[in-house]
Amino acid sequence: MSNTHSVEIKNLTLSFGAVDVLKKLDLTIGQGEFLVLLGSSGCGKSTLLNCIAGLLDVTAGQVWINGKNVTWAEPSERGIGMVFQSYALYPQMTVEGNMSFGLKNAKVPKPEIKKRVAHAADVLQIEPLLNRKPSALSGGQRQRVAIGRALVRDVDVFLFDEPLSNLDAKLRADLRIELKQLHARLKNTMIYVTHDQIEAMTLADRIAVMKDGLIQQLGSPDEVYNKPENLYVADFIGSPSMNLLEGVIEDQFFKAGDLSVPLAGYDFSRQANGAAWFGIRPEHVSLGSEAESTDVKLNVKVEVVEALGSDTLALTEVNGTRFWLRTSGQSKISAGDAVTIGFNAAEASLFDKKDEKRL
Amino acid sequence: MVDATHFDGAHGPKPTRAFSRRNIFLYGTLIVVAFYYLIPLYVMVVTSLKGMPEIRMGNIFAPPVEITFEPWVKAWSEACTGLNCDGLSRGFWNSVRITVPSVLVSILIASVNGYALANWRFKGADVFFTILIFGAFIPYQVMLYPMVILLREMGIYGTLTGLVVVHTIFGMPILTLLFRNYFTSLPEELFKAARVDGAGFWGIYFQIMLPMSLPIFVVAMILQVTGIWNDFLFGVVYTKPDIYPMTVQLNNIVNSVQGVKEYNVNMAATILTGLVPLTIYFVSGRLFVRGIAAGAVKG
Repeated sequence: MSNTHSVEIKNLTLSFGAVDVLKKLDLTIGQGEFLVLLGSSGCGKSTLLNCIAGLLDVTAGQVWINGKNVTWAEPSERGIGMVFQSYALYPQMTVEGNMSFGLKNAKVPKPEIKKRVAHAADVLQIEPLLNRKPSALSGGQRQRVAIGRALVRDVDVFLFDEPLSNLDAKLRADLRIELKQLHARLKNTMIYVTHDQIEAMTLADRIAVMKDGLIQQLGSPDEVYNKPENLYVADFIGSPSMNLLEGVIEDQFFKAGDLSVPLAGYDFSRQANGAAWFGIRPEHVSLGSEAESTDVKLNVKVEVVEALGSDTLALTEVNGTRFWLRTSGQSKISAGDAVTIGFNAAEASLFDKKDEKRL
Repeated sequence: MVDATHFDGAHGPKPTRAFSRRNIFLYGTLIVVAFYYLIPLYVMVVTSLKGMPEIRMGNIFAPPVEITFEPWVKAWSEACTGLNCDGLSRGFWNSVRITVPSVLVSILIASVNGYALANWRFKGADVFFTILIFGAFIPYQVMLYPMVILLREMGIYGTLTGLVVVHTIFGMPILTLLFRNYFTSLPEELFKAARVDGAGFWGIYFQIMLPMSLPIFVVAMILQVTGIWNDFLFGVVYTKPDIYPMTVQLNNIVNSVQGVKEYNVNMAATILTGLVPLTIYFVSGRLFVRGIAAGAVKG
């Protein structure tokens, strides 16, 4: 075992009765890495986290943490700290009691407990709250305490189960930054489960996009966003999601109805002809004069405009499918306008119609 | 107008009339029903404070002309029940010695049962739970005689211990169900967090679950205290005359055939016997309602 692997999942399967929630899953997470498990509800991401934590017994396969096979180990013996969506603070204990509970169970000497709690409280800036009960804390403070409870255990791996999902939007953004800073400072391995792609994109070193108990793609946020491996990932990541056109590839051209896109600029991973999906992100669609130099130009009618301030989203229609484009926030387009749009094949993604994999 | 800003039409709180038709009907019904239910109690209290000559005059609703506590004293310490004539006091202490251990032991076991069933999904948990719940639907009469044999073989037939065992067993299905449902309603993540924090089966039970479960323990206590205190059947079947519980003794006093029927003593004895459950209800009624609600609703 190499020391650079913090967590290793080997051939992991988990079944509830006849249903396989996780299917022969392999995953290796490096020392100090921030890995985000991303997926819609029911994809098995929380289940995987619970398996790593030891809160669920696996059906087959192994879990290794820090070079030790912990498949049969108790959660407390695995060297993990866990933060839950509902905070899961013990309501009858003070903040200090909550943070020291695990250490007391591990029979850590009292002065050492005091030191570690004080340190964690300092890191998370919750010293004034130490004598309060959880019911007297706000949502953000509660989640900080929950993180503190994981922090005092002085473990190598932190597990986060949608920790920010119960907070309001502003607080979520603030705590997200704090988590990122915390990771930069502590350099622990962190595994973070979320369904929020913004959290995934901003926090992760690597993202594992999951669906139906399988990892669809594992890669850096940049790779996942710009080079999605399959149609599901392409559609799942990004808001509004990638524009997808159905058509065929013929002699270096993508053809769909009247549309014909030259694919000379596209970086094929494998050569293919035949039925395919053509995907282009809304921000890669140029508008008006910017569309002059693109591979393909189209005249479309704007149907809906969503001005978000920072940028403007416009909904149009290409070949009878919805087609979003993103332009600057100050752009003065409105519904009903006839506009020229264009895009380059180099920024597009092509997927085989049959297996929905990237071409 | 007092207010600086003036509104036309309806504004502010809607005015209510104290003597609206709705109120008269509502409170009228409540008063009548309350009256109806209180009359028997009134008759009992009044009769228990009268002397026998006054009772023989037949005005059962009339308040006592001359208040006497003689019947109460007699009911408590002198009334005859079969062999001995030391009143209900003997039965009272028997009942206390039956109720206290039965309540404590049954709640202790049932709460651990419920906790294990809710949080530690061991193999066969569902089968175990189904069997236990099935037990709640078997009529007691069916089990009376097998239980007699069981207790006899264990050598505790006719003893207080035997009756405590019987009460503990028969309280188990409903109490386990109560505790299991309550523990299931507590957030599962708390249990998970405690496991990550290294707490074991008993550590989680005592340090996390128990402090959060006061309401349901109160509910269980009320159910058991009233149930066991009011029990007649098991008391008369599984004990002997000198350790009869209060209810059985009350029956023996009221139904004794020799001599004059002393209605005042009977009334006093009945009130004395009912006093314990009544007190429990008055003291913890509010907690009872809260506990029942806590067990039913998630959160």
